[in-house]
Amino acid sequence: METPLFTYTLRLADNALILGHRLSEWVGHAPVPEEDLALANMGLDLIGQARALYTYAGEVEGRGRDEDALAYLREVGGYRNVLLVEQPNGDFAHTIVRQLLFAAFAHPFFEALARAQDATLAAVAAKAVKELAYHLRHSAEWTIRLGDGTPESHRRTQTALDDLWAFTGELFETDQVERALIDRGIAVDPAALRTRFERRLDEVLAEATLARPAGGFTQSGGRAGRHSEHLGYILSELQYLQRAYPGAKW
Amino acid sequence: MYTQALNVKDTALPAADPQREARFQARIDAEEKIEPNDWMPDGYRQTLVRQIAQHAHSEIVGMHPEGNWITRAPSLKRKVALLAKVQDEGGHGLYLYSAAETLGVSREELVEQLLDGRQKYSSIFNYPTMTWADVGVIGWLVDGAAIMNQIPLCRCSFGPYARAMIRICKEESFHQRQGYEIMVALCRDGTPAQKAMAQDALNRWWWPVLMMFGPSDQDSQHTDKSMRWKIKRFTNDELRRKFVDATVPQGRYLGLTFPDPDLKFDETTGHWAFGAIDWSEFRRVVSGDGPCNRQRLRQRKRAHERGAWVRAAVLAHAAKRRAREQAAAGVAAE
Repeated sequence: METPLFTYTLRLADNALILGHRLSEWVGHAPVPEEDLALANMGLDLIGQARALYTYAGEVEGRGRDEDALAYLREVGGYRNVLLVEQPNGDFAHTIVRQLLFAAFAHPFFEALARAQDATLAAVAAKAVKELAYHLRHSAEWTIRLGDGTPESHRRTQTALDDLWAFTGELFETDQVERALIDRGIAVDPAALRTRFERRLDEVLAEATLARPAGGFTQSGGRAGRHSEHLGYILSELQYLQRAYPGAKW
Repeated sequence: MYTQALNVKDTALPAADPQREARFQARIDAEEKIEPNDWMPDGYRQTLVRQIAQHAHSEIVGMHPEGNWITRAPSLKRKVALLAKVQDEGGHGLYLYSAAETLGVSREELVEQLLDGRQKYSSIFNYPTMTWADVGVIGWLVDGAAIMNQIPLCRCSFGPYARAMIRICKEESFHQRQGYEIMVALCRDGTPAQKAMAQDALNRWWWPVLMMFGPSDQDSQHTDKSMRWKIKRFTNDELRRKFVDATVPQGRYLGLTFPDPDLKFDETTGHWAFGAIDWSEFRRVVSGDGPCNRQRLRQRKRAHERGAWVRAAVLAHAAKRRAREQAAAGVAAE
């Protein structure tokens, strides 16, 4: 039986790893070398967060699983990340908009988590909040450039926003697992962050001359282990060597 | 890394200015640094542009073979280390392009010349990274060979290149140790299957790595002038010998066998003697028929083409912003 703290920590770790993995797929293929560096940088931040969180999840669980056991030896259904982070990179606009949506949520989220009751999560969050501030600034600047650039870049960026919008609702959902932790001051209530998220996003979209999609249905399920088809391919690559050489140390 | 460009012959140059050239050479002989605004012979400028550009291209193209394993790295620690390493290579590319720009060429021109084949990148990247052990071998041997080449470039007579190389060398030497550490994990602490993977990688990379130092001294077209200008400090064969001397004991510590039956320690010279290099393979790969030449260039072209709309957007947005600022300033002035 998983404890709420374990599940909660794992969800945060999986978000960070999967988004970091997606960003790492860009390296060598970016539109300009400066972006190869920037995307790698954000990927490194996220995978670094994931490592600290997996290590802590393993300690909380107390069954001897380390960061690699948790990252490399769980199946798709065992992963608890939100669907947004596993969406394919698409064109550069999709990657930037995905990053903007995630960072506009995660930046205030980590600010709040840094003040929460669990000392380890608070410490990870205190570091992450600085990193996410950069991710937010970087993706906001790019969204503005692309939205208010050429007709083609505007069209691509609006399409990316329309495609990804349905995945933002899941960021603000809570379930039983989280409810108990929120009541104890350990977890952050994401619903309380929604206004800030929307305000920040609206500022960026206004400058970018982009339109925020109206409401619509929210796609969710990732945090409970119900994923898109994309995650299986990510894990096939990510876990290949650990699966092919069971027990080997690298 | 990658001084391949110093082995190429120059095209015809304008008439020399003997007096200025003599003064220039005297400065070089006195170990003074030549800076971008100083007078320099056209041949010196041409050699440096070609060399620095080729070096920059090598860093950028070099992101592909290793980047190939970022998504499949076998642990989170290895994954961040590799991602950071490939990121470093991209950074090296950027400051080398900047060093080349001090000589009056733009990065855009140089990238154009890479993509249409007029300029080269190091041939070593035309070999595939088949297994994870290749990532270890590239760090250990390719970066190791690069360092042998690059340490002397820190004293290169052209200031901007020499200064860029100081930082690059620090990072490369970290990469080399990182690569060797991967090899230690595979060979000394690993399973028989991991050790076999390491041996296979060494077998495939050893000879191409020795070729990285360029043709042997008797066949190198350009060594003399580059040495006189102190762009190059040691000959290809000297560097290759230093590399073999440093590397063989490392390989033996790993328990690996070098794929060269003639490799043996020569008591009289105090150096490792090695077998004959197959220069026909070198020439074939340099001239475009290596296993990955077409693939690597296609990867670069695709990234460049797919990024075209992004770069256009950046320029368009900057122009809009400028126009708005000017309009605002105009209103303020009235």
